[in-house]
Amino acid sequence: MLSEWGHVGFLIVLALVFPLGGVATSWLFARLRIRPDAPDPVKEDTYECGVVTEGPTWVQFNFRYYYFALLFVIFDVEAVFLYPWAVSFRRVAVAGFVEVLTFVIILSIGLGYAWRKKALEWT
Amino acid sequence: MTYEEGIFYVVAGMTVIGALGVVVARNVVHSALFLILALVAVAGLFLLLSAEFLAIVQVLIYGGAVTILILFAMMLTRVRDVPQALDGPQRPFAAMAAAAFLSVTILAVVGTDWEALGATEKINVIPIEALGDVLFRNWAVPFELASLVLIVALIGAIVLARGEEGE
Repeated sequence: MLSEWGHVGFLIVLALVFPLGGVATSWLFARLRIRPDAPDPVKEDTYECGVVTEGPTWVQFNFRYYYFALLFVIFDVEAVFLYPWAVSFRRVAVAGFVEVLTFVIILSIGLGYAWRKKALEWT
Repeated sequence: MTYEEGIFYVVAGMTVIGALGVVVARNVVHSALFLILALVAVAGLFLLLSAEFLAIVQVLIYGGAVTILILFAMMLTRVRDVPQALDGPQRPFAAMAAAAFLSVTILAVVGTDWEALGATEKINVIPIEALGDVLFRNWAVPFELASLVLIVALIGAIVLARGEEGE
């Protein structure tokens, strides 16, 4: 079982080596004086092209976003319950289908409530 | 040292680095990112113990939803006040509480007779299929109750959020 997850581990290693390798090579080449090192305020900027960034990175976001975060958490938990269903879908057959349908319908009522209360809208 | 042990030390090290980063980072957002590292590394520990479902839950709920909620809460508050608020006069008490908790935990781990509780070297793998079968055959009612708990949480969250907004 662990060896199956080894593929995921390989992807993690790749995901780390790919970006870190570029940065490390650039740093090493600058150290060995292979690449020119000419710092410039424009280069140090967050975005080299486009609109000049202004003000602090942290601004207060609209409170409305929090509704979406809350709804996301609820339906994330719902998604977790669907995993074992997906795996044993054939064996639990109709009974499992009805159970999950009830589960989803009950949560849909919650989504409908959020909709009615205009939690999903910008006012 | 087997290769499993090697992986364990790498993953456990990542957990410790993440947990330390949460405390040490001066920037609150960096703390939250370190928290994601620590939680995902814990998912790796679950995988090493062949607890696939726990690992999935750990990544989805803790690594995903909970940290998203924390990040949102930080984005929505005036975070500029936070760096000063992080250090307070309670600091020594916090250190004492943390040290006390750590010593109690270590004492409990060392003092427990694990073999008497049925712990073995061999991992008892429970496949996700077995979990699904049991959940939908034997525990159907608690499963449906979970949806009711979720809907109560959803409605409660909306009511609280609307109340704070002042209608």
